[in-house]
Amino acid sequence: MNPIAEMVQGPVGWLRNQGPEGDRILSTRIRLARNVVGTRFCGRAIDAELAALGDQIEHSSLLLPEFAEGSAVQISKLPILDRQFLLERHLISHDLTAEVGSRGLVWARDESRSVMINEEDHVRIQVLMPGFQVETAYAAAREVDEKLRVNLPFAYDESLGYLTACPTNVGTGLRASVLIHLPALVLTQRIKKILKGVTQVGLTVRGFYGEGTEVMGNFFQVSNQVTLGETEAETLKKLDRVVRQILDWEKKAENTLLSDAELQIEDKILRALGTLKYSRLLGSGEVIGLLSAARFGSTLGMKNVPPVPVLNDVLLRCQPAHLQRLAGREMVAEERNAFRAEWIQKNLGVSDVPRREV
Amino acid sequence: MKCQRCHDAESTIHFKEVADGNLREIHLCEPCAADKGFHVAVEHNKLSIATQFIWMAENLFPESSAKIGAVQCESCGLRYSQFARLGRLGCPSCYRAFEPHLNQILRRIHGSTEHKTSASAPMTHPGGGVQIVPPPVERTVDPLIELRKKLTEAIEKEEYELAAQLRDEIRELQNPTGSSSSDTGPGPLTSEDA
Repeated sequence: MNPIAEMVQGPVGWLRNQGPEGDRILSTRIRLARNVVGTRFCGRAIDAELAALGDQIEHSSLLLPEFAEGSAVQISKLPILDRQFLLERHLISHDLTAEVGSRGLVWARDESRSVMINEEDHVRIQVLMPGFQVETAYAAAREVDEKLRVNLPFAYDESLGYLTACPTNVGTGLRASVLIHLPALVLTQRIKKILKGVTQVGLTVRGFYGEGTEVMGNFFQVSNQVTLGETEAETLKKLDRVVRQILDWEKKAENTLLSDAELQIEDKILRALGTLKYSRLLGSGEVIGLLSAARFGSTLGMKNVPPVPVLNDVLLRCQPAHLQRLAGREMVAEERNAFRAEWIQKNLGVSDVPRREV
Repeated sequence: MKCQRCHDAESTIHFKEVADGNLREIHLCEPCAADKGFHVAVEHNKLSIATQFIWMAENLFPESSAKIGAVQCESCGLRYSQFARLGRLGCPSCYRAFEPHLNQILRRIHGSTEHKTSASAPMTHPGGGVQIVPPPVERTVDPLIELRKKLTEAIEKEEYELAAQLRDEIRELQNPTGSSSSDTGPGPLTSEDA
């Protein structure tokens, strides 16, 4: 079976459980950037060079136990819809969806581990884990790193660390990020001040899909900016500390909201749930906001709200390429919105949607 | 080129896909691409972070930046000016070739120019790996690079007399006959110094 066809059918492996602090933290992502000695960086190399190296990286990766049941694809051989699908799945970058040359992806069956081949750097190891587990995810990425290094000599310099195509990644080549849901801080309008503080300690905040994307549904991606001059352990510790602090503020803001405006908050959440369950057309932007509200209800301990793992899964799988892949055809926005509304009702177990008899 | 879907707006999103062995090019305008469900995350120039820092460094050292623009990495042939435009280096050796100037940039991005080693450092030289190109040969040291490095250090330490002297030496080396320095073709591959 085509690996992507298989992914379309079921829930996302690594996202099955919600993980530590899963009420407020959706996922932890670790990325290690590496380049192989003897081949120019991807932007400068000719495609024959990248093709030869790409094969080698793919073979080396598929030998690892992490990818024993894994899959590998060359991005340029995929239809655009499948590339979009992998992007929505957080397995490839936006840049990679438009590339033509020898760019590839190897991923584990549960998608928790993957290797992007010949993106900006020759090798980008990625680990995705549910909830807040920076240390564990990093250890998993290091395992892959260590094993790949046996076959692939990575460019490393005593004084500069891992050498990367962009000077923003040189040193550890590590990007650690946490996708965090902060509706209470947004509602109490404290978010701006907090995000400003976060950037002052050398961390960055981005939107749902990473670099350059907008913030949607109160989801924020907090990650390290600095990769040179601090050890991996220091980077992870700083991220961990700052995220815990933000969580603390979020919980305080939740209490403030509950004591000052309990009815209004519950009303907002219930209306969102109503729209999720009973509508005919749901846009992709709108649905993220609605799922954010439902998630908030669950965080606040409301009964009869769909559990967080279900909401996470729906959030990821109701995106445009996912729905079109599931339907097995291209659909324009309005068709998708109808398909999405129906698909969500099914996944949330709503069976009493009023319909006109035809 | 007009959008292939609405045939009205100018296309700004371009895709190439290989379907059944045929290369298909797709050109769409942003609304049509969005309607087809493609993520058109409005990427504020992806290079912005790196290039911003490079431009900052150039504004701070306009005199040296004009000259360093012509500096070329012996290993991959990338010029500093190309790096400044793209924000991406060409190969591991570029870090050495552009060192003095790159250090300014690294300091602005990371607040440091020195990797702090930890357990992740390769324990041994990764020599056991597969060789993809012929083994690297000995690297020739460019005296200009050394001088520029010293110049940067002198400026940092505010030793301006020494800096002026170094600057003259660099000029001398760059312009021995009054003409601009020319490239002597691709140099030997450099060692990775892993």
